[in-house]
Amino acid sequence: MERLGRGPASVTELARPLPMTLPAVLQHLQVLTDSGVVATEKVGRIRTCRLELERLEIVQDWITARRHTWERRLDRLGGVFAGDEESAP
Amino acid sequence: MSGRSVVHGSFSVERHFPASPQRVFAAWASEAAKARWFGDDEEFLASTAVYTLDFRVGGRERLEGMLPGGALFTYDAIYQDIVEGRRIIAAYDVGIGGRRVSVSLMTVEIEPAANGTRLVLTEHGAFLDGLDSPEQREIGAHDSMDKLGTYMAEARGEHV
Repeated sequence: MERLGRGPASVTELARPLPMTLPAVLQHLQVLTDSGVVATEKVGRIRTCRLELERLEIVQDWITARRHTWERRLDRLGGVFAGDEESAP
Repeated sequence: MSGRSVVHGSFSVERHFPASPQRVFAAWASEAAKARWFGDDEEFLASTAVYTLDFRVGGRERLEGMLPGGALFTYDAIYQDIVEGRRIIAAYDVGIGGRRVSVSLMTVEIEPAANGTRLVLTEHGAFLDGLDSPEQREIGAHDSMDKLGTYMAEARGEHV
């Protein structure tokens, strides 16, 4: 992902610095393409990968928004216990 | 993006509460108790029209109200797994303005910890037709208020 942040790359280029086999790299790529954050395109024998930045931002925005909602709720839940303690004898 | 789309995301939020696991669990299990912190959340909803909880496997929960921006907000959950005092799993969807914006699986894990209880909430969500999501606009903007800042910083530190 970090490598793709610097621009599109072929699968071979992506795999070279990684301490894993090519099939393992392809498996990781499959997960990333399935989730839509990486797009791949095959020209001739070379498969090129690039980040779908717009997609990544959407995922991040969603998670941030939803996470904040739960954080606020759990803050309120914590407030319930704090209140109970104060009113306890 | 104006068409149909789905993106998947997951996150966890962890909290420590100075209360026993039984009491923390009870705050999720009883309609009256959960209404205090979840149902009747005046910071989140300008007004709450409905809050009901039928806390058993297969039971449903519904929250309906108006967001500060005026849009109708709905939350519908169905409970999938309940282990007394330990675990709650529910599937829920959120609607805004009559449009379904997400479908999620939520897991709450509760365990004893020093001086109280550790709670971890994990959500796996399918977020629908995303870019112009009203939830992001309404909730994201709403939550940017700085009083949550310290909590967010804490949670980020724990989970990133």
